[in-house]
Amino acid sequence: MAWEMVVGLEVHAQLRTRTKIFCGCPTAFGAEPNSQVCPVCMGLPGALPVLNRKVVDYALKVALATNCRVAPVSRFARKNYFYPDLPKGYQISQYELPILEHGWIEVADDAGSPKRIGITRIHLEEDAGKLLHPEVPGADYSLVDLNRACVPLVEIVSEPDIRSPGEASRYVKKLREILVYLGVCDGNMNEGSLRVDANISVRPAGTEAFGTRAEIKNLNSFKFLEQALRYEYERQVDLLETGGEVVQETRLFDSHRGVTVGMRSKEEAHDYRYFPDPDLLPVVIEPGWIDAVRDSLPELPDAKRARFREAYGLSAQDADLLCSSRDLADYFERVAERHGDPKAAANWVMGPVLRQLNRDEAPPLADAPVPPGRLADLLALVRDGTLSNNAAKEVFDEMWATGRPPADLVAEKGLEQITDTSALEAQVDAVLAASPDEVAAYRAGKKKLMGFFVGQVMRATRGKANPQAVNQLLRSKLEGG
Amino acid sequence: MIPDLLDRTARQLRELLDRGEVTSEELVRAYLDRIAAVDPGVNAFITVAGDLALEMARTADARIRRGEAAPLTGIPLGLKDLLVTRGLRTTCGSRMLAEFVPPYDGTVVARLRDAGAVLLGKLNMDEFAMGSSNETSAFGPVRNPWDPDRVPGGSSGGSAAAVAAREVVAALGSDTGGSIRQPAALCGVVGLKPTYGRVSRYGLVAFASSLDQIGPLTRDVADAALLLTAISGKDPLDATSLDRPVPDYAARLRADPRGLRVGVPREYFVDGLDPEVEAAVRGAIGLLEDNGAEVVEVSLPHTEYAVATYYLIAPAEASSNLARYDGVKYGLRVAGRDLADTYRKTRAQGFGAEVKRRIMLGTYALSAGYYDAYYLRAQRVRTLIARDFRAAFERVDVLACPATPTPAFRLGEKAGDPLQMYLNDIFTIPANLAGLPAVSVPCGLTSGGLPIGLQFMAAPFGEQTLLDAAHAYERVRGEPVAYPDPASTA
Ligand SMILES: [Zn+2]
Repeated sequence: MAWEMVVGLEVHAQLRTRTKIFCGCPTAFGAEPNSQVCPVCMGLPGALPVLNRKVVDYALKVALATNCRVAPVSRFARKNYFYPDLPKGYQISQYELPILEHGWIEVADDAGSPKRIGITRIHLEEDAGKLLHPEVPGADYSLVDLNRACVPLVEIVSEPDIRSPGEASRYVKKLREILVYLGVCDGNMNEGSLRVDANISVRPAGTEAFGTRAEIKNLNSFKFLEQALRYEYERQVDLLETGGEVVQETRLFDSHRGVTVGMRSKEEAHDYRYFPDPDLLPVVIEPGWIDAVRDSLPELPDAKRARFREAYGLSAQDADLLCSSRDLADYFERVAERHGDPKAAANWVMGPVLRQLNRDEAPPLADAPVPPGRLADLLALVRDGTLSNNAAKEVFDEMWATGRPPADLVAEKGLEQITDTSALEAQVDAVLAASPDEVAAYRAGKKKLMGFFVGQVMRATRGKANPQAVNQLLRSKLEGG
Repeated sequence: MIPDLLDRTARQLRELLDRGEVTSEELVRAYLDRIAAVDPGVNAFITVAGDLALEMARTADARIRRGEAAPLTGIPLGLKDLLVTRGLRTTCGSRMLAEFVPPYDGTVVARLRDAGAVLLGKLNMDEFAMGSSNETSAFGPVRNPWDPDRVPGGSSGGSAAAVAAREVVAALGSDTGGSIRQPAALCGVVGLKPTYGRVSRYGLVAFASSLDQIGPLTRDVADAALLLTAISGKDPLDATSLDRPVPDYAARLRADPRGLRVGVPREYFVDGLDPEVEAAVRGAIGLLEDNGAEVVEVSLPHTEYAVATYYLIAPAEASSNLARYDGVKYGLRVAGRDLADTYRKTRAQGFGAEVKRRIMLGTYALSAGYYDAYYLRAQRVRTLIARDFRAAFERVDVLACPATPTPAFRLGEKAGDPLQMYLNDIFTIPANLAGLPAVSVPCGLTSGGLPIGLQFMAAPFGEQTLLDAAHAYERVRGEPVAYPDPASTA
């Protein structure tokens, strides 16, 4: 029998607000443990949460980019459970009234056709702290770092619309791209800024009813997501084909062995006792608030790709590559605008610029040592014949290494092409005078010798002569005289 | 020394301090002597902060000499021990926080410090404010200054007893279901619970977040008005505090009851109401009527459900609020075999029986399968109770009724019967459920010499009307009831 995979994903994304969701502590990653904490995020007696309105701004951006309906009134609720990384003994989340519902995004299915994946709901919540297990032999304690406690998260819950590991992966990539484009999440899966849980079941192909699902946690890369889904699909199909039954449970993905492992049911037998958090007022969204956010919304990736193809005449492949990040797309547009030739700008950005960016320890594009204006200046030197294409690449690498403007480097290294005919004429005359036999042969019809003369002139000028100008001069001297 | 210095109200002391007839330091020393003399018997204080108080007094004296005194500058106050004080142990009357020294000041405490008030120390209370007799404190029961064999009420029992025994000029307490008004009534002092949202809860250790409110316990209504102005107002650190103007309540007090429409809710005069309490309260209302107030009977039909509603909502919120006491970050930690065992042992030993009972009740009310029947239904009833009040306040300015069904009961008398204990808050709980301001004012003594409290309630943010009514009653009542004289051990 043929089986179909049915997958719904829960994506947790950290929002990049400057301060936490319910207090004024900074959210920056990588600080000393417990250096970004206060009575509120430490859960001290008497401390109270106050909603950071910036977080709501970000949620509204996400709503507009994922076609979600914004709830005019939503509420925060307490999710009660004990864990050492949870300082209050409850997590402030949203339960019955999430801020966003009923959205969708479009991804390619396995055949490459566009497909809508539904988004059931998106809600806001606070992150927990982090447990640190000391690497001391025999240590019988753990340490708690609360820097991450109270950092804002959105949880994005999809409909069970996903049918393959590839689709799942493309869905998360698309979501990640949107969040990064919006500037609301850094999308960094290594640092846990984006985390994925998957609900997966199988059913006989062509049937409607859902099978029993398992929830897989701890999927922190696209590779693991695909691996885990493939493994779990096989496991469930095997079970069903051998007369077994799938148990509804939470499973962890073991990335070393590439398998999913069931958690003891005791650990998941939680009753979170959700109830509305009495410390926080309902979140009321006036229509004007959504309009203000809409006005500040950046162009989204799909729209940008389409525009790049039409406005700049780029191929779909080039547009995809240039739009892979908002920074790269902006960089390209600034070069293209200043230089005036989008094709040349695209070639340079996809070539030398990306090569530098792909190196280890490359700075983010915003801090690149060659800002777009400088690259456009360099391209102008190529267009006006001052630099050859090869010399320009050499200058570009030097600009990247030193952060200096192209004109300085060109002058310093003496890389300008000699295009001035009077300056070249003496060199051409000298070459012709030194090669009487070849001149005679050329004039007798051996036109291939033109390459020889050009080479001699180039050697005499150590490569700086503009080849076209040299050609022209030689031709007029050899054929005109 | 000025005669009767310890009997003076905050406003009287303000004049003495400003005229230089007494210094704050002298005042603080007199109060510290008084505490040393009577508190071993009363047990109103958990922590006496003598050195801190003297230091604050000297700072206040300098400020007074510079002519920069605010209304509370140099006035010695006490704080219920669930108001978080930076550097000063804050126990909540619990073993769990017996050694807890907070790193920050709550908003109200910060406002009092800015005003130059002097903190004499932290006052005894029922553990985590759960109780009506102050018998659940891990620091021993407070004794009623009028009769050491009787309870002072609770949970702000230490605050009420300290004011009654003249160990402080005034105190702050907190009121979740009557925890300011009930002990004020039983100790013969004024106790005011403001409108929910009038006073910031930031730095008030939470019992039931949707009900808790900080308020003053004082010698008279004008002092309560003075303190209310000092602690009220929107706080950016408390999302539930409301942005409404804060008038100078004391300066605007009206003493004339003429034209005041007083509603008498018939549901508050029921079986179980002590006849002497009923007589005193009806007498007080009659006195207002004799002096020009218009008295009408009103009905609040959902009153009978208030106690049940309260005992679902308050424990539910408490079960969540008290989850943070887990031995991981601060407070008591009793190490166990593993994490779960540490949680169990810490909470088993850190919390007393009443706190555990309410955590159990609340956990049950929020559990899957019971949430709708208990918590959600209680919230609906709460709406109905608030609606009763809204209807009543279309007809009257204030409601007048008893603050408690009985005068102070004996220590141990109800400790074994939680239900009887809970019923002691039957008249105070509705104001919390509806978020209304309410005040208890002394209205006489029983034949046995125990204080009786008259309660007024007003519409949300109707504090001025409420205080006007209470102040008017105080004026027609005449001399305040005498002060008790708890046995001095000095
Ligand atoms: Zn914080």
